[in-house]
Amino acid sequence: MMSRRGMAALIIFALLAVTPPVLIFMGQGFFASVVTRMMIYAIAALSLDLILGYGALVSFGHAAFLGIGAYAVLMLNSLGVTDIAAQFGAAAVAAAVFAAITGTIALRTRGVYFIMITLAFGQMLYFFLISLSVFGGDDGASLPARSTIMGQGWLDHDLALFYLVLGILALCFLGLTRLTMSRFGRVLIGTREDALRMQAIGFRILPYQLTAYVISAMICSVAGVLLANQLEYVSPQLASWQRSGELIIMVVLGGIGSLTGAMTGALFTIGLEEGMARISEHWKLYFGLLLLAVVLFSPGGLATLAARITGKGRPE
Amino acid sequence: MSDVLLQVRGLRKSYGALAVTDDVSLDVQAGQVHAIIGPNGAGKTTLIAQLSGQLSPDAGRVVYDGNDITHLDMPGRVRRGLARSFQLTRILPQLSVLENVAIAVQARSGSSFRFWRGAASEAALNDQAMECLSEVGLAQKAHLPARLISHGEKRQLELAVALATRPRLLLLDEPLAGTGPDEAAMLVDLLARLRSRVTMMLIEHDMGAVFQLADRVSVLVYGRIVASGTPDAIRDDPAVRTAYLGEEEGTP
Repeated sequence: MMSRRGMAALIIFALLAVTPPVLIFMGQGFFASVVTRMMIYAIAALSLDLILGYGALVSFGHAAFLGIGAYAVLMLNSLGVTDIAAQFGAAAVAAAVFAAITGTIALRTRGVYFIMITLAFGQMLYFFLISLSVFGGDDGASLPARSTIMGQGWLDHDLALFYLVLGILALCFLGLTRLTMSRFGRVLIGTREDALRMQAIGFRILPYQLTAYVISAMICSVAGVLLANQLEYVSPQLASWQRSGELIIMVVLGGIGSLTGAMTGALFTIGLEEGMARISEHWKLYFGLLLLAVVLFSPGGLATLAARITGKGRPE
Repeated sequence: MSDVLLQVRGLRKSYGALAVTDDVSLDVQAGQVHAIIGPNGAGKTTLIAQLSGQLSPDAGRVVYDGNDITHLDMPGRVRRGLARSFQLTRILPQLSVLENVAIAVQARSGSSFRFWRGAASEAALNDQAMECLSEVGLAQKAHLPARLISHGEKRQLELAVALATRPRLLLLDEPLAGTGPDEAAMLVDLLARLRSRVTMMLIEHDMGAVFQLADRVSVLVYGRIVASGTPDAIRDDPAVRTAYLGEEEGTP
């Protein structure tokens, strides 16, 4: 038996999979790269939803892990390491170390203090990246070429990158879905609902929260590696606090604590950004109004909104 | 003479100038129900909080089963069999009734650092959780979301969760709070059945329940134990009647 949200996810993946041929057929092949970017942000949003939606940990420094992933590509490239598997590995290790250290400190606080301290760590990384004059400092640097797979330059083809990103997005979605239903996920949800209750049945909650934080960081760093490849350009802006805010907006818009929701929120936000930017340069104003409407009228985000609409359409 | 399971010596806790726990010493005998009574604001819940490890005392010692646990945290105490229930029901509202109990079983059975296999289908967890729910008479509500059951049922669930930790000593903070007469009678029956298995420290305002269940009663007033003894002795103690049971000063 599959839940309605699981079904929705399956439909989304099927639609994504047929997007490139349809776009090419319509002579709009360029848009495939927009969809690639949407999917990369969906990976980042999924990773944030794990700690924000399931752990009630509002990280306002999550873009740091995007930055770590992207700079892993840039730095390894400059050392002549272009293999994407090596870059994924290095990014994930670096993100895990950064998350373990900052998480250990940040998780001693709660609520607004947690938001502020994750923001502070995010900003520290941002300014560190700006100080890297070898890698272009403020401006960043462009990649000489995309990463390679087993020595082959397949990713130079936009379509190959598209399907690699789609595959990784599907893997992340499946893995996180399992995780949130596992023993570990149950403990994480329990700490979200009532941390004192969890301690009163014998759980020391910090190790669970920290593990979730590290897993989330590693997944987000994978999105960073992919983003560097899609843009072929890496700059500190990827790790700015505005970017962290955008990630939170994607999760809130899609539906906190729903993986399908977070993924949809990211696809929707980036898609809309591209679409609206073409229509009006004041698109952020309209986007703000839309966000306001969703938060006010459908606090569960797009996920709840969809459920409400499809629920209404069915005979009771 | 039975063994002392919990020994409290010289426990003190102050908030500024206000001593909420003022040199409290008491012994809980294994196999007994030890009730703590006292007027509102006497510091009963603060006492429970210190015994369960939620709050650390300013001074004094807590010895459980021969070990000094004064500095042990709450999860550590729970694992040794010292569990508590809450005065204000603390359930996990988004989880089902069964899951609320199963997660407590999970806490003491194997690692929870398992990331792939679905927890909801673990028969070992669900079976034990079901047993606890049957024990408190809540088995038929197992699959409802916990937020949807009635207040009395939440009190039953609170007990089932505490039982799922396999306690040797249960600290019960007003288990009857907010229940109607029928629910209260049912919960008192349940506690009476449990007493053969679990030692209990019971905080309760319902005097009928206290005198029905307790082997021993201590009276807490303004953070101090003013009397301790059998229910009969406490009922007849003039100091207790004045301080707590509402007798007017000066009545013969």
